[in-house]
Parts: sequence; C-alpha cells; structure tokens
Amino acid sequence: MTERIFIQGNEAVGWGALNGDCDGFFGYPITPQNEVIQWFAKEFPERGRTFVQSQSEVSSINMLYGGAAGGFRVMTSTSSPGWGLMQESISHCAAAELPCVIVLVQRGGPGAGSIRHSQMDYISATRGGGQGGYKNIVLAPSSGQEIHDLMQHGFYLADKYRNPLIILMDGILGQVSESVEIKKIEFDPLEDDKDWALIGRENHKDNKSRSINSAAGVLPTPPYANYISWLKHVDEKYKTMEKNEVRYESYKAEEADLIIVAYGYAARVSKEAIDMARAVGYKVGMIRPISLWPFPYEIIKKKSEKGCKFLVVEDSLGLLIEDVKIGVQGRSEIHLVSILDRHIPTDGGVIMPSRVLEEVKKIL
Amino acid sequence: MNSKSSSITRKTVCTKPNIWIDPPGAAMYCSGCQHPVIHRIIAEILEEMDIDRKAICIGGVGCHAFVQVAWDVDITIAAHGRALDSCTAIKRLNPESIVFSIQGDGDCLAIGAGAFINTMTRGENLTTIMYNNTNYGTTGGQMAPTTLLGQKTATTPLGRNSKTEGFPIHAAELAATFKGTVYSARGSVHTPANYQRTKKYIKKAFQNQIDGAGFSFVEVISACPPNWHLSPVDCIKRIDEQIINEFPLGEYKDRKEVK
Repeated sequence: MTERIFIQGNEAVGWGALNGDCDGFFGYPITPQNEVIQWFAKEFPERGRTFVQSQSEVSSINMLYGGAAGGFRVMTSTSSPGWGLMQESISHCAAAELPCVIVLVQRGGPGAGSIRHSQMDYISATRGGGQGGYKNIVLAPSSGQEIHDLMQHGFYLADKYRNPLIILMDGILGQVSESVEIKKIEFDPLEDDKDWALIGRENHKDNKSRSINSAAGVLPTPPYANYISWLKHVDEKYKTMEKNEVRYESYKAEEADLIIVAYGYAARVSKEAIDMARAVGYKVGMIRPISLWPFPYEIIKKKSEKGCKFLVVEDSLGLLIEDVKIGVQGRSEIHLVSILDRHIPTDGGVIMPSRVLEEVKKIL
Repeated sequence: MNSKSSSITRKTVCTKPNIWIDPPGAAMYCSGCQHPVIHRIIAEILEEMDIDRKAICIGGVGCHAFVQVAWDVDITIAAHGRALDSCTAIKRLNPESIVFSIQGDGDCLAIGAGAFINTMTRGENLTTIMYNNTNYGTTGGQMAPTTLLGQKTATTPLGRNSKTEGFPIHAAELAATFKGTVYSARGSVHTPANYQRTKKYIKKAFQNQIDGAGFSFVEVISACPPNWHLSPVDCIKRIDEQIINEFPLGEYKDRKEVK
C-alpha cells in the first residue's frame, strides 16, 4: 500500500503502527495525544486487530507486558504524566525482555504542568526512568513522515533486541498536520522467531512449557545460571544496541563554525533558522540526533575537536544539553536556547526560528 | 517396612498431577501452608479438563507465585497487582488460549484493586483464583486488606483496629456485584469436603472461560502458620472457628442462576 495523505502527527503514529504490523494497542486518554488512541479505536477493530482502552497508564503498560509475553507486537501511547505512571512496568518489560513500543507525546511539566507541547521528559526517556538501570532505544522523529517511518523501525528494533523501545515526540509534532506517504518498509528477517512466547505448551515446537519473569535474581531464568550471568547477558545486549543503533541527521554541518543540536519540533525550527542564517553568511549547521539513546556522541566529539561551537535548542530547561556536554567534554563552548526563550511566556508559546537566529548571530 | 512381606494389596488411588514438576531441591512452602494444596487443585483441573496444553498462567507477586517453577504450563509473573491487565491483553490477542491469573489477597485487592475492578467492568473472559491467607505472607506477615479485626500482624501489632485500619474486604461478594462477572465463589481446603467443593468451583470458573461466558472468580482461604503464629492444626481450627465466619464459603454468583 502506497498513498500520500494529509494527517496529524498523532495519526501518523497509527499508520506507522499499522505498517509496522502492530497487533494490539492499549491506551488511556491524555492530552495532547488523544488523536492517537482515537485513531486506534476507529481503525484497529475493523482490521481485526486488538484495541483496549485501559483504566490507567499503569494498566496500559501492564497490558503491553502480557501482550508482548504472548508474542504479539503491542504498543501504547501517552503524554508526560502518563509516562511517569508507566515507569515501573517499562522496567518489568525490560527485565523480562519483552519487546513493545511506547509513544511519548511530551507536554509541559513537571507535575500536571501544561497540556501543551514541551520537551521536558528527555532524561527520564533516555536514562531508563524506572527502577534498575535498564536501557531502551529512544527514537525521536521530527516530521509526520518520520513518525510513520520510525514507528515501523521501532517495532522491528524492539523485536530484534527483545526490548521496549520509546518513540519520543512532543505536542507540536503530534498536533501538526503534514503530508505523509503511507508506505510499508521492508526489513531483513529477524533471527528471533519468538520461541520464548507464551502460547500454550502444545503450540511450541518442542511441546515444552515456557516461563518468563522479570525477577532473574529471585526465580530461575534459563538459560542463565544466576542473577549475575543474566545481568551480563543484558549488559552485552545494551552494548550491542549502543554500538549498532546510533542514528542522526547531519544538516549543513560540513564546514560549520556552529553546530545546533536539537530533536523533534525544535529541530524543525532550527533547520529554518539555519537556512535564514546561511542566507546571510553564517556558517551554521545541525546535528539532529534521531536516536536519543544511544546518543550520537561520536559526531559531537568530532565536531568539537574541529573547533565547532555548539548551540542546543530544546523546549525544556536544559536536558538534551547534558548529552551534548558528554560529547564535547569541555573542548568548546555550548549555548542553550530553552523553553524560557519561547515567543510568548505561556504554555502555548514556542521557540521561533527568529529567536534561534538571534542566538546564532550573538555566538558567531 | 518391607513391602514384600506385607499382605496388603496396594492400589494407586491418587498420584501427583503430571504437570507438577518438582523443582530440584526446592522446598517452596512453609509447613502447613495450604497454597500448594490450591496449586494441586488447579493442576488437577487443568489436566482433567485437558486444557493444560493451551493454558497460559499469569501470577501476581506473593507466595503463590513460586508455583512458576513447579507447573509445566506457559507462565509469567506480572508486576505486583497487574496480573489481570496482562491477562486481558494476552487473552484478547489470543482468544483460543486459556488464560488465568493466580493472585494473593494483597496482590488482587490492595495494589491490584484497580486492575481487578476494571477487568470485571470490562467483563474479560478470564479466570482468577485468589489465595486469601489474611496477610502478606511473603514479606513477613503484615496486614492485608483481608486481615480480620483484632488479628495481630507485623504492621498491626495490637491487632487490626477498624478505627484506624478499617474492615476486611470481601472479594467474592464484591466480584459478584459486577455485571461482567459471571461466576464468583469462595472456597477453602481445610477439610476434604471443602477441598472437593473448591475444586468444583474452580472447575466452573474454567468452564465459563471455555464457554466464552465472561469473568470468573474463585477466592480460596489458605492457612499461613508462620504468620498466624499457629501450628498447622491450630490454623485449621482458626479457619473453621473464625475465618469462615468473616468470609462465608459458597457460591455468590453463577451465570446459570443469573440467566
């Protein structure tokens, strides 16, 4: 199926999931991502796929635990307060090595914050917000098309590594409508045929029962002899993800004196600012991390070694900037355009290209 | 005793269920604990109904969950209190399978109350067996929602006081009030007759799922000698004299009557 339609980012989540062979959606309404759950309520049952409105985000994520344990491709979507509620069982999914996709359409925080856009959950998304120091791949689209495409990559990578995966969006990306090509992406076949899934003993090739748990230190977790050997296994998995799954876009970053680092809607704004700045002779470009974990430290490091200065543009008080600092290691100066630089000082304010341009001029 | 010299004719009247696989070296339960008796009933039923081959069990967090290593069925342990959320998804996605949760009273009624109530609200086609030992056994005998008034636990050292800790919750009665629940009963295993009655209840709870009828719930009273600070024999006395007065045994809802 290939067609081009004009849809909201939140709807692109659904179309991407459909093309990503998602079997079931489980979710609870929360602004600003209600179009996501409404899309699934309408589109999934009529296609013979599963949709359940849960009683809370705690419930949503535990439905994912069950659905994933059953060997199905499952997902949920939420916004920031719901994301907070999900943390315990994202950790359980990581520990039980259950693949699932969690879409987070960020809104203002902390607490109930605002019901409009923000980028204030960067740290909890990229650092394993729940208990126990697990690691999840975090993909950050910055357009409707990329939402649709990364949803498909998301399901593939979650299955590939038997791990939860986060799609990190924001209220603006979710609400803005754009033209999106609805196209199924073909991936290499997966090695893992989900032989571990709970489908009833008689349905397994060897007619032996399967057992899944998230407590390797309490109950036996074959084939791992003990807790530490299991930890060694997940550590190796995390290191493989860290090595193989770094993604970023480089935009006019060659021969640049200043590198903007931004993701999501802030990257779209920054791109426009870069074009405006280039037009008047400023040598500025962008490194846009697509995988926020694993983070593209290497390219940041290289740019800093070449003497580039950095400008982080993010709609928060400064969270992404922490990863940029790790890449730069004190070699060059890092500036920040933050949520405090919105065009109006309200929940509805946004970081405008003109504000980013102003900062570029100040730095160069 | 040398069996060859005995004149008694020996006949096998009862064996271990085939799906009961003894985990090597595991002494999972305390002396006099009745959880394994309830495990046995479930194992017998799964075999008798020939559904162990397609059964998927989701356990809660608590002593009951240690059966994960003893049953030869597909099984996982959910996050504390969330077994029914996980059951909901797996059954919706795979309706041909037989999905059931085993949960303790704390798992189902305290931390898991939201999942329990909303699963019944949705009328999910699932089976739940709740082990009620009136306390948190695994963590050392603290108060549970089912703790009796006056019962001393690690967190009610003076006995449960209704003014500060409220009253015991009656799960089988509560479950029966939901339209999505088709079957609700409370059994015990403290006498052979009750063992058989409880087995009948649990069998119905699985048959309903096979029939696609809706949610079925069986609460089973279970003795906890170390945390009740009683001998196994005195535990049985306590069930008989106190617990079943607070938690009367019997069927609270049966869809056949409702229809």
